[in-house]
Amino acid sequence: MTALLEVRDLEAYYGRTKALHGVSFSMTAGGITTILGANGAGKTTTLRAISRMVRTAGSIVFDGTSLEPRVTEDVVRLGIAHAPEGRGTFVHLTVEENLRLGAWGRRERGSLEEDFARVFAYFPVLASRRRQAAGTLSGGEQQMLAVARALMLRPRLLLLDEPSLGLAPMVVREIFRILRAVNQDAGVTILLVEQNAALALDLADHVFLLETGRVVMEGPSEVLRKDDAIRRAYLGY
Amino acid sequence: MEVFIQQVVSGLATGGIYAALALALVMIYQATDVVNFAQGEMAMFATYICWSMLNAGVPYWGAFLGTLVLAFLGGIVVERVVIRPVENAPILSIVIVTLGLLVIFNSVAGWIWTYVQKPFPSPFPSKPLKAGNVFFSAHDIGEIVVTLLVLLCIWLFFKFTPLGLAMRAAAHNPVSSRLVGIRVGWMLALGWGLAAVFGAVAGMMIAPVLTLEPNLMGGVQIYAFAGATLGGFTSPGGAVLGGFIVGVVENLVGTYVSFIGTELKFTVALAMIIVVLLVKPTGLFGISVVKRV
Ligand SMILES: Nc1ncnc2c1ncn2[C@@H]1O[C@H](COP(=O)(O)OP(=O)(O)OP(=O)(O)O)[C@@H](O)[C@H]1O
Ligand SMILES: [Mg+2]
Repeated sequence: MTALLEVRDLEAYYGRTKALHGVSFSMTAGGITTILGANGAGKTTTLRAISRMVRTAGSIVFDGTSLEPRVTEDVVRLGIAHAPEGRGTFVHLTVEENLRLGAWGRRERGSLEEDFARVFAYFPVLASRRRQAAGTLSGGEQQMLAVARALMLRPRLLLLDEPSLGLAPMVVREIFRILRAVNQDAGVTILLVEQNAALALDLADHVFLLETGRVVMEGPSEVLRKDDAIRRAYLGY
Repeated sequence: MEVFIQQVVSGLATGGIYAALALALVMIYQATDVVNFAQGEMAMFATYICWSMLNAGVPYWGAFLGTLVLAFLGGIVVERVVIRPVENAPILSIVIVTLGLLVIFNSVAGWIWTYVQKPFPSPFPSKPLKAGNVFFSAHDIGEIVVTLLVLLCIWLFFKFTPLGLAMRAAAHNPVSSRLVGIRVGWMLALGWGLAAVFGAVAGMMIAPVLTLEPNLMGGVQIYAFAGATLGGFTSPGGAVLGGFIVGVVENLVGTYVSFIGTELKFTVALAMIIVVLLVKPTGLFGISVVKRV
């Protein structure tokens, strides 16, 4: 299989502070990859680097296209959707308007009704909140909205930053079930950043372990799940 | 009673002007946190351009529409060329840049068209309209209709078009907007263009009343500030309503409170700004925004 995303020697900077020190990894098309790591390891920064929201050095190639010379708006147009840390809800706008905006950077314009039907099938609660201001949704509902908004792009690559943050366990399982469906039905490649390592390892086929801005371990999830260090640090047994 | 109704209607007419300019101020404030002190002068400049077209023999509504198009483009150019380079500078620097623009537009207008007052035509009949035994100036009524039409169009635009939605998104949440692919910089420029259009409408509607000169909009802008402050700088609808209220109050106070008369009317606007800021700083319809630093 060919790599959909190829990251080489990626460094990222916040002002003078270096947050990534040469991260390299690649993702195959159609797979689900997860990045694990402690707080401050650089998981969010890695996703931001792909979306061109931080200054970087090194190379990021998506389906043969270099991302470094592009701005965020153009990265989106290549079919990379990003549900950011903190959800990025447009709180003043309605749920429906949030979803419409999710389709803004899409190549094929066309009717959105099909897409609404699809995300409402995944997240029925959003359908019943369609005309409500998104800022009045509960935290969990806003998290669903963030995922739904990203899906409106009909992305080829979906970047998800801790979609389980602050959600009840049942809702988390529901979201992960939906992510698996999105991956299988629509063939969307997913790069997932998660604190909930157990669930992430279940969902993903490949895992990267990030520590202070470096990849310290990587491999198929079945293998890493059995690794002692990972078990102790992230799975808690 | 007839006098009262007449004064209310003519208050609404000038109030519409304040409302249009207040909306322009609020739109830019919402998108960039900057008060554009040059808004009124840009409107004055647009009005001169209309005057020049009329002088060249262009029919009124042709000149009117032509001016709106030029004002739109002019607003975009000002944003791209003057504001964009200081986009990330401290707010105070941007405010000073808009003050600089104010002076530049004012003196360039004086240089091109001189400071001599010029009569500016009204597109509406000079014969007053009669309803019962109350007379209304046709220009007042026309002014109200034109401003309401403009406000309706802009409301429809923001409420129902994808571009309007993207502009609102860009103003409220630039980071998320970029993440869905909205070109935030261009949305801001479009906002400046639209604001310049409202200003141009205000200028062309008020010029027949005040006669055209480079300081045409100085007073109007203070009243627009009063309207925006009253309605709330964070609420476009509130700012529009605030503009209308200021217009009516200004007129009624000038008519009925004899010691104020026309000379002190200006002070009324300033007093309103101060009172609102003291009593309810967010304005009638504004929401307080907690700024992250
Ligand atoms: N906006 C910023 N300005 C300065 N430094 C930052 C900024 N954002 C992150 N950093 C720094 O970069 C490093 C990596 O942060 P990052 O947000 O990528 O971590 P993370 O792995 O996502 O952590 P968490 O699990 O807590 O979300 C940290 O040391 C952090 O302090
Ligand atoms: Mg993070």
